[in-house]
Amino acid sequence: MTATAPPIPEAVAGQLVGEGRTSLWRDTLGNILRQRNAVVGLTILTFFVLVAIFADQVATHDPIAVLLGQEEGAKKLAGPCIHALGCPAAQPEHYFGIDQNVRDVFSRVVHGTRISLQIGFLTVGFAIVIGTLIGAVSGYAGGKVDNTLMRLMDVILAFPALLLAIAIVTVLGTTLLNAQLAIGIVAIPIYARIMRASVLSIKERDYVTASQALGESGGGILFRRILPNALTPLIVQGTLGIAGAVIDVAALSFLGLGAQPPTAEWGSMIGQARNSMFAAPHLVIFPGVALALTVLAFNLLGDGLRDALDPRLNR
Amino acid sequence: MTRFLIRRLLLSIPVLIGIVFVVFALARIIPGDPCVAALGERANPKTCAEYSRAHGLDKAIVPGFFRVDGKIELRVADIPATLTANQFVDYVGSVVKGDFGTSSKFGLPVTDLLLQRLPATVELALYALLFAIVVGIPLGIISAYRRNSIVDVGTMMFANLGVSTPVFVLGLVLAYLFAITFKDTPLALPPSGRLAAGVAVIPLAKVWGLEGLGGPLRLILDFASNIYTFNAIVTFNFSLLADTFRHMILPALALGTIPLAIIARMTRSSLLDELGLDYIRTARAKGLRDRNVVMRHGFRNALLPVVTVIGLQLGGLFGGAVLTETVFNLAGVGRAVTEAIASRDYAVIQGFTLVIAVGFVIVNLIVDISYAYLDPRVRLA
Repeated sequence: MTATAPPIPEAVAGQLVGEGRTSLWRDTLGNILRQRNAVVGLTILTFFVLVAIFADQVATHDPIAVLLGQEEGAKKLAGPCIHALGCPAAQPEHYFGIDQNVRDVFSRVVHGTRISLQIGFLTVGFAIVIGTLIGAVSGYAGGKVDNTLMRLMDVILAFPALLLAIAIVTVLGTTLLNAQLAIGIVAIPIYARIMRASVLSIKERDYVTASQALGESGGGILFRRILPNALTPLIVQGTLGIAGAVIDVAALSFLGLGAQPPTAEWGSMIGQARNSMFAAPHLVIFPGVALALTVLAFNLLGDGLRDALDPRLNR
Repeated sequence: MTRFLIRRLLLSIPVLIGIVFVVFALARIIPGDPCVAALGERANPKTCAEYSRAHGLDKAIVPGFFRVDGKIELRVADIPATLTANQFVDYVGSVVKGDFGTSSKFGLPVTDLLLQRLPATVELALYALLFAIVVGIPLGIISAYRRNSIVDVGTMMFANLGVSTPVFVLGLVLAYLFAITFKDTPLALPPSGRLAAGVAVIPLAKVWGLEGLGGPLRLILDFASNIYTFNAIVTFNFSLLADTFRHMILPALALGTIPLAIIARMTRSSLLDELGLDYIRTARAKGLRDRNVVMRHGFRNALLPVVTVIGLQLGGLFGGAVLTETVFNLAGVGRAVTEAIASRDYAVIQGFTLVIAVGFVIVNLIVDISYAYLDPRVRLA
């Protein structure tokens, strides 16, 4: 017997298919926007990204220009002066005050945004690329290769991260790029482990076997079948990792092992201001708050993404 | 349990060898001639050849690999001959004997420097960890118990801010707040050093008349003696105890805040998981008091992940100690590392990195073993 279902009108069918196609992304976005943490983090981050893009327009001065003799009344270590808030008009306006080398702190903090965001993305980007590669090879090849690579990762993880980074930077030389490289190297094992775990759990699935049977190449399977499935944990961990990378590179710069003066980098600014701290706390507080807020934004976003993207946590 | 112990111990051996190799390799790929770095102006081909021979630098670095005029060169034919006669074997040999070379800045063996500096770091780390646990766990419990209350929301906001504030920023702000803003009030606290001027520490060896003692026992005694809190307690020196404590408050707050935030978060989420389970409902249905249900039933089972997280914090604590000691001028291991960096004292950096990494592996081993002790499922897996 043949049961004939009533035909679906073409317009409705198209709508169903169309909805099916977009709803994954729309659902994901909706899930993310429902997380209060993610929204707060995203808002702060958008603000900092805008500041970074328009740093040249937002900054009131050249971040590395010494104002001594260039500007009437510019005094070393002078506190913040905002005319609208009652600072005498005779005094030059500096929103965040002036530093120990008579530079405008506000402009330095603004330009520091650009550097810190770059640091975060580049460092974690490097770690993710190398880490996923190692993890993929390890999980895919298995056996001795897997064992060797993973023991190597264990060794890196066995060091306190900042300490190994310090040791690496002293060998490579103290520049901002080397500091980023060191923090990146130290972070590789985290991503390698995530990727390896994903490869192991996915490579035996039926649809992977199916695409193998259809003649898809190893690389194709890796990039088209396995990587998309590993993306969620990588994105979540990467976002949280940016927070850590920004702090750690700033810490290296604070110790004099990263960005070198006169670069307007937050950690280095705080390190330089350490000895004038008691006379001029604004030199530490403004870059410090900017640094903490940036890190907070990535942490909140990472937490929110995890709650939104991890199906196991979805009630 | 014995099988678990043996397996876990064996697993850490390759990691330990790897650590030694990484530190060794970092030392060998430093650009520039080690002889020029060590001898400075006195370096010429003749003195350098002597220096290299004296320090074994003319040998292969690892089998087959030589350093020739600052460049690494592979000589395949020499691999069999240099299997044991190479610098790595020499290095492992001296490390096993506890010899990490001599510090060029401080002019004394790295091991001695480490023994001098480690007590301050251990003391700082213990204070910070104590602060993190004593405040973090109760905060987590209250947050879970009064979920979505003002206390909970406040604690979680504080926890988010806490993990996001860099140690050195928090340290400097605390120092300013308590040393300058609260100056001449009862809240004033010292922003640097381990002791106030004029407060003296008498070595335990002297107090107990053991100055004739030598060997490893003396080392341990001197080490314990330099942990001022310990020294003050065992000698009933309460003025020393009070002064040490006052100097440790700010560094411990700065260093302990990140672990505190993480511990509070972990306690909260772990306890929330437990409180949703059936056996908690059973306990409530039996008519047990709420406090007993949460503390005796829920918290006990929620403790395990918290213990793990506390163990994981130790590595970060060592890294943070470098920054905290720099901010608060504490003569600990971390401060020695930053001083060594400034004067390119590689022996100190490598020796300390190695010792701390090995210490970290041992601590992790202890955490793992205690974990297996607490939870039978771990042992059997």
